[in-house]
Amino acid sequence: MKIPYYPGCTLKSTAKHFENSAIESAKALGIEFVELPKWNCCGVVTPLAEDDIMHHVAPVRNLIRVLEMNKSGAVNDEKRLLTLCSMCFNTLKRSTLRIKEKVDDLDVLNDFMYKEEDYDGSVEVVHFLEILRENGFDEIKKQVKKSLENLKIAPYYGCMLLRPKDIGIDDAERPTIFNDLLTSLSAEPIEWRAKNKCCGSFLTLDNKEIVSRLGYDILTNAQKSGADLIVTSCPLCAFNLDNRQKIIKQKHPEFEEIPVLYFTQLMAIAFDLDKEVMGLDGNYINPVPLLESKGIL
Amino acid sequence: MPKTIVLDKKSVDFLKKITDLSGETITLCDQCGTCSGGCPVVEDMDITPSQLMRMVLIGDQTVMQTKTMWLCATCNTCTVRCPRMLDVSKVAEALRQVTLRQSINKVKIDEISKEDLSELPQIALVAAFRKLTS
Amino acid sequence: MMKSKENMVTVYIMGDAYNVPESSTIITAMEYSGFQLTTGVGCREGFCGACATIYREKGDYKLKGGLACQTVVTDGMTLAQIPFMPAEKPIYDLKELKPDINTIKELFPTIFRCVSCNTCTKACPQDIDVMDYIQALKKGNIAEAADISFDCIRCGLCALRCPAEIVQYNAATLARRLYGSYLAKKSPEVDESIEDIKAGKYDKELEELTKMDRKTLSEKYYARETKLR
Repeated sequence: MKIPYYPGCTLKSTAKHFENSAIESAKALGIEFVELPKWNCCGVVTPLAEDDIMHHVAPVRNLIRVLEMNKSGAVNDEKRLLTLCSMCFNTLKRSTLRIKEKVDDLDVLNDFMYKEEDYDGSVEVVHFLEILRENGFDEIKKQVKKSLENLKIAPYYGCMLLRPKDIGIDDAERPTIFNDLLTSLSAEPIEWRAKNKCCGSFLTLDNKEIVSRLGYDILTNAQKSGADLIVTSCPLCAFNLDNRQKIIKQKHPEFEEIPVLYFTQLMAIAFDLDKEVMGLDGNYINPVPLLESKGIL
Repeated sequence: MPKTIVLDKKSVDFLKKITDLSGETITLCDQCGTCSGGCPVVEDMDITPSQLMRMVLIGDQTVMQTKTMWLCATCNTCTVRCPRMLDVSKVAEALRQVTLRQSINKVKIDEISKEDLSELPQIALVAAFRKLTS
Repeated sequence: MMKSKENMVTVYIMGDAYNVPESSTIITAMEYSGFQLTTGVGCREGFCGACATIYREKGDYKLKGGLACQTVVTDGMTLAQIPFMPAEKPIYDLKELKPDINTIKELFPTIFRCVSCNTCTKACPQDIDVMDYIQALKKGNIAEAADISFDCIRCGLCALRCPAEIVQYNAATLARRLYGSYLAKKSPEVDESIEDIKAGKYDKELEELTKMDRKTLSEKYYARETKLR
């Protein structure tokens, strides 16, 4: 299966290991990501003001690229756009819904474009987890070459995969999709309170203290619930939960650091792919000692 | 002493402006407090999300001087829990936009340290600049 | 002799109407109308970027940008020159920089405000995909940004039109400098040639060339072109 793929800007730098591990794990399952030509940053956050059409230009531009790919034959009649980053997923999908709800906006947006073809509203934005679910978690089970049996994992859903409800890929309060993935990877997902609690998102720029406090609550809740590590699907959550442990440790010297991985890194580990694909040197808190102690690496 | 609420033209206009910008029928809010109860950053706010809704509803423009709208990270926890199907994050965005559209920035880019700019991933910069600068 | 009226068009320079010959460029039209240009004019060949101008053509709602020395006037055109673009220019020592995303974030944080509206690309008189190189920088792809922006002449029209108030051309200059200093493939042939020049390998030939008369030189030049083809 070939599917148009939107990386997003952070997956080309600090979250490169997210992209690499996703592409290779997908390949193992027979799913080929075809990167959008000339894609642009989606804007990360969705514009919420009623009259703000301007900030939907960036997402729509990317949706037009999906149509172009279908036309050029880069993909074969596949109008779904696959995302990895939860924020890109949310922002791109919310723009598709806005256009469906307010058809007049589409005319304004099309009129504004330059050489692009008109957008017709036909692209559907999906998250990689949805494709994995559709593909069947049993298919994942078949690819597992390294057992993660002893690993207790806290699946961190965050906000953007679940909310608002018309965007979410699962139940907003009691999601299971991550748990299902982890189970199929032979790991043990734990049940915990903070799984869909906000990490503080972009407040990390001007309110580090708030973000580190939220992070402390999320991370210690995971630990108290028995987790060895946390998985996420968002580079901003990853930064706030992983890199911000530096500040958390300063404030709470008794705090024990806990690794935060992208779910695709865990897939790469379970599928026994190359070390480079796993990209475990890309995480701030080094997960290698933990994985070695569990006999996984 | 009970506070007297004056619904003059100015306050009615303010409510209308925020209603139009947010697309939310703010008058539907019955002050149950569910939004404030679930808000992850409520303890850092000077007024709670439900108080923010109330102030807009009565057209109290001093809401513009509060911190709350700038601390909303649009996590949408309130959005999925509101029994009235209201989206407080859209109201917060409308209030931010009123300020930003006067070319008043919450974050001054030239005051961010080089260390922070270097450390923060692109995703954090893009999101924060979208929500906090004009 | 005055040119006949049929060959004249009316242009509005900063609001005032002037009749100018229809084949004029904006610069020659301004000079024909009596403006003495001491700034906003440079090489007159479309290379220096000094003569950025914004204009609207009759019946067209689009505000266009062009170089005054390259843009031919049309009847009813209304225009204003932008002789100088106030722009933020960070100071840096190229030797101390690394060609990575962190350098871009530190020196040009405003590029992360890009809304992908593409107005910069529409404004560029050099037909550069300005938005594409800003997006490349946003992803940390400095080589791609350097490549796309190669023809930039720093006229400033992109920055003038940008709703996110980015100074695109300064960011592009940084990209090309980083590319040239750190990323471009090193070419040993160039180093060898420099050594040859230093050693005087071409001195005799150069001396002969400088003494040649124009006709011989011209013949020799075109013979070389033919040989190359």
